[in-house]
Amino acid sequence: MWKTLTRWYHQLSSPRYFYRFASAVLPWLMPIAVLVLLTGLVWGLVFAPVERYQGNSYRIIFIHVPASSGALMGYIAMGVAGLIALVWRLKMAEVMLKAMAPFGAVLATVSLATGALWGKPTWGTYWQWDARMTSMLILLFLYLGIIALQSAIRDPRQAARAASLLAVVGVINVVIVKYSVEWLNTLHQGATLKLVGESSINDAMKWPLLISMLGLWLLYAANVLMRARTEVLNRERRSGWVATLLAPGAKE
Amino acid sequence: MYFDSVSEFVAMGGHGFFVWSAYGISALLIIGNMVLAVRQQGRVRQEIQRRLRRDQRPAHNAVEGEVE
Repeated sequence: MWKTLTRWYHQLSSPRYFYRFASAVLPWLMPIAVLVLLTGLVWGLVFAPVERYQGNSYRIIFIHVPASSGALMGYIAMGVAGLIALVWRLKMAEVMLKAMAPFGAVLATVSLATGALWGKPTWGTYWQWDARMTSMLILLFLYLGIIALQSAIRDPRQAARAASLLAVVGVINVVIVKYSVEWLNTLHQGATLKLVGESSINDAMKWPLLISMLGLWLLYAANVLMRARTEVLNRERRSGWVATLLAPGAKE
Repeated sequence: MYFDSVSEFVAMGGHGFFVWSAYGISALLIIGNMVLAVRQQGRVRQEIQRRLRRDQRPAHNAVEGEVE
């Protein structure tokens, strides 16, 4: 088991092998992700029962929670990639870090926007500077900062180092987002969905939520593979295997 | 199915504006990001392919309008 894992790690850290892996996985991953996400959303929007206190506005949960959790998980993954890039100088870790930022920023924006639109009918306000919302806004700024750093520094390896550092340090903010609702008195409610222990959400709402969540995470993964594949091509443009791959008349 | 009619579904019990703008914005951002990723990939490929063609046949590129 461990042997297979380490071999896999070494193979995937080779840009050429990664390109082949991503190209083999994407044609499956993309349609599956879209299908799963749409299943969850249609279930949540059309079939799930109404919530007793919030009425139908609660249906925003089926995009709000998946987007928020995706933005948080994406940032943690970016922190791990950043750490690997800083310590072992692995090229593929730098590539992954760069590929993970755009969709993460999109999901953080979706989380904030849908949260505001849910807050208005539920709390009577679009926005409040409470700990959960403010730390989520900081998460978006961290994503944007990483994207900006990478496009501001010309040398890709130096850009990756700067971005890695910001990614690693920023993980602290993820912890703050996660525990802000428990440690501090916030307008935002606590978690209703729990990995360990009893969730406080009805099954008829829990399943569509879990399915949308899985769908959006898969879509994130597909987006990352796609962007990483492009980045690999871009960085390896002078290497022989890219030349053979994209040679005029070559079949992939 | 929870709703009895399409109009009920659209109205979302008076919360239609919030629900549909939330989903609209989300769809726009997520699909937009996907499209950007695909286009970026196409651009990089084209760039490399153009360079490869140039490197392969420098003579043909040097004279403009030359037919193969």
